[in-house]
Amino acid sequence: MTNLLVIAIGAILINNFVLSRFLGLCPFVGVSKKTETAIGMGMAVIFVMTLASAVTWVIWTYFLSPGEANLFWIIAHALGSETPAADFDLRYLETIAFILVIASLVQFVELVLKKAAPALYEALGIFLPLITTNCAILGVAELNTMTEGYNFIESLVHGIAAGVGFTLALIMMSGIREKLEFAPVPRLLKGLPIAFIISGLMSMAFLGFSGLKF
Amino acid sequence: MKKTFKDITKGFLIENPVLVLALGLCPTLAVTSSAVNGLGMGVAATFVLVMSNLIISLIKPLVPAKIRIPIFITVIATFVTIVKLVMAAYVPALSQALGIFIPLIVVNCIILGRAEAFASKHGVLRSLADGIGMGLGFTVTLILLGMFRELLGNGTIFGTTIMGASYKPALLMILPPGAFLSLGMMVAGSRWLLEKTARKGAKS
Repeated sequence: MTNLLVIAIGAILINNFVLSRFLGLCPFVGVSKKTETAIGMGMAVIFVMTLASAVTWVIWTYFLSPGEANLFWIIAHALGSETPAADFDLRYLETIAFILVIASLVQFVELVLKKAAPALYEALGIFLPLITTNCAILGVAELNTMTEGYNFIESLVHGIAAGVGFTLALIMMSGIREKLEFAPVPRLLKGLPIAFIISGLMSMAFLGFSGLKF
Repeated sequence: MKKTFKDITKGFLIENPVLVLALGLCPTLAVTSSAVNGLGMGVAATFVLVMSNLIISLIKPLVPAKIRIPIFITVIATFVTIVKLVMAAYVPALSQALGIFIPLIVVNCIILGRAEAFASKHGVLRSLADGIGMGLGFTVTLILLGMFRELLGNGTIFGTTIMGASYKPALLMILPPGAFLSLGMMVAGSRWLLEKTARKGAKS
């Protein structure tokens, strides 16, 4: 349990996806002009990230990793093949497999939501296609499997927490930018540059969380 | 010929992917804690960009419009996998330093953006030139940003000590906040440069 808490706090505050891992910056800069849209985008990201964490973990464990859990080995073994389980190593395909799975997952979610939950689709709909190429989603999948080697529950918690961390940064940023509309910003710094400088200051504040110990 | 040349040079300033188009921000900020990392990332992304532009401009008559994006992504992911395996084998230290940002080249918006906006509409030669130009623009930006951060944060450039022994490195610059601050300044600087060249063009 503490383990899960450490993962969650780590992904939300200490290694915030946007402000210290630099993942998902395009939507962070692009969709942070209004708090309303920021909340919509944040919710869509949490939703897709959780699903993507679960699905890519299953793909990684049962299709790509070598070992006796590999479904290809199980089938080959049942058919009488003598090849040892350790040889069924498809991990080099992980990038291609993950991006295709995530892209089709997002399309699928869009279709299901449209049919089953029109209200939710109204709220999240326009953000879903944008999410496919959001590097935070592929990033969380890579971190869960290749880098950290989390188990299923840990991956799920990490996915949710990463989404929450992203949403937190996005909403804070949009709040600041709404106020900034009325601030006298030097001409050359207007728009993108000042957004980066604000993110820098926010990132500095989040650096303080790295002192958190459990 | 002139057009092809223009396709190569536009990436440096006028259509610089990072500074003007604001694409590919994640790797730009994440890997530029040193100039070498910036160079490595730039070269890797340029290779993927050039090769995917080449292949996509070659196969474009065969690609049905409705499923073009998944096809482009598959092409890009293939080259990213090649880069990932080659880097892990020949430059393991760099591969370690860039970490998950090598596989994440797949979702770098510069690459898919160029495939969609340029390579799927133009011939092979111009697509190649566009890939090289955009890739070089990206690489140069990463190296400049990496040099700036490394110099202030560590007192070195490409590992060679520049600042004297009395220089106290501003560690902040190689930490995440430094990335945001330097890129903000760099975008403002490139705007100033663009305005200046535009004014000069208007005068003459």
